[in-house]
Amino acid sequence: MIEVNKGTDPLLKRAFSLFRKTGDGLQILYRVRGKGTGILRNMKEGTSLDMLGPLGNFYPLPSEDQTPLIIAGGIGIASVFSLIERLAGKAIVFYGARTQDDLLMLKEVREYAHDVIVSTDDGSAGKKGTAAETLRSFLPSYASSPAQFCIYACGPYPLLKALSQTTKEYRIRAYVSMEEHMACGIGACLGCVVKTHDGYKRVCKEGPVMTATEIVW
Amino acid sequence: MTVDISVKIGNLELKNPVMTASGTFGYGEEYAEFLDLSRLGAVVVKGLSLMPKEGNPPPRIVETASGMLNAIGLQNIGIERFISEKLPFLRTYDTQIIVNFFGDSLEEYIAAAERLSTVDGIHGLEMNISCPNKQAGWCIFGTDPGVTSQVVGAVRKATRLPLIVKLSPNVTDIALMAKAAANAGADALSVINTLTGMAIDIGTRKPKLANRTGGLSGPAIKPVALRMVYEVYKAVDVPIIGMGGIMNAEDALEFIIAGASAIAVGTANFIHPTVSIDIIDGITAFLAQEHIADINSLRGTAHAG
Repeated sequence: MIEVNKGTDPLLKRAFSLFRKTGDGLQILYRVRGKGTGILRNMKEGTSLDMLGPLGNFYPLPSEDQTPLIIAGGIGIASVFSLIERLAGKAIVFYGARTQDDLLMLKEVREYAHDVIVSTDDGSAGKKGTAAETLRSFLPSYASSPAQFCIYACGPYPLLKALSQTTKEYRIRAYVSMEEHMACGIGACLGCVVKTHDGYKRVCKEGPVMTATEIVW
Repeated sequence: MTVDISVKIGNLELKNPVMTASGTFGYGEEYAEFLDLSRLGAVVVKGLSLMPKEGNPPPRIVETASGMLNAIGLQNIGIERFISEKLPFLRTYDTQIIVNFFGDSLEEYIAAAERLSTVDGIHGLEMNISCPNKQAGWCIFGTDPGVTSQVVGAVRKATRLPLIVKLSPNVTDIALMAKAAANAGADALSVINTLTGMAIDIGTRKPKLANRTGGLSGPAIKPVALRMVYEVYKAVDVPIIGMGGIMNAEDALEFIIAGASAIAVGTANFIHPTVSIDIIDGITAFLAQEHIADINSLRGTAHAG
């Protein structure tokens, strides 16, 4: 949770994924979307910010014999990037965005991934379609042995929902990083819940990473 | 200069006037890794009901200008699980533990108050009367003086613990509601609960909250809360716990000057988990600077002259 201003509008801290650890700190990758990220963009270099974190859980690592498949939709790359980095050359990444220009950090992703399958909504780069769709066309050749894969995904809700249908069909274990409006980030306000088959769960505390099968989509 | 910042809420002695507002501090344990709960005047836990409550579907919160709307839907683990799983931890701290509770019928209010009164380690009760009365169908307990009087009177008979009634600001005349609650036996009044509000998404043309409406909190409501504390102080003799948008010591002091004996920090906890401690220290520093030896002599001074 990052405080973007000292005033009261916007009032709350903003929740961000930790994009990448560097030698002397960490990086956040964000898309300018609203008031908070607008303020961040106009901030002068060297400005100090209040931060609370790291909070919540992380993607559980795959077993030795599994091939990790990573699905990133748009700015969702910020959440899975450090996983791709950590899996050092093992992950197959399905990276989708609206247009070619929205494929942030593609060069770095290619550097750490075993393979990157790119897609865009408008077809300006890679295949035309979403990352969930490219995954769907990839899987049939491996339909006999789905257990060799472990899937990790972050992106817009419709992408995760579509993905969860595919992974259910192929019976592949999938971890999804969920998103909801968040106030406190420490499990107190109960604002950021998502519905699961085991009742409402807090994205900030029990998540953000949950299994695709536990979510009521 | 040493200053005395201890206050009394009925029989309840608080080492300082800073409490946490129900619903913004979880069951206390969520904040224990950030601050020493023993420094607080009191911890007021999230509203409890006899049976666990699942709460509303998301989106449950939305940010507004200098505030936020919430429609959590009173999600809670229920009184029994609180007693067995949460209270033992809270009791290890040297602070007053106040349990906020609610019911959706008169019988539920009574049963909840009776059950909570049998447990060691609970020092006071705070009644939320801002929830819908299922029996009456349409009305909110806390928006009708007759119904307020009835439910507070019934709970008063069911408990010997200090009883705080949390007033809804969504009424025409808060003083009338304050009198109804005080006359029915409330030991203190929490002023105010959230203001009902709404935010709309112009793209989907639908309210942003799944529940459509929610409770507005944060600095946006502070002037309204302050005015209501001022009016309630004039209307009744029972102590007032002032709350609504308190972000710092200056805000807290405004409430005390308006007539509050204690104050509760709410939404600010979400932004700075340790803000209550800053407020306690800030109040102490202000009193020392102004050469005020006892905080109680500051209370209600806005009414003088």
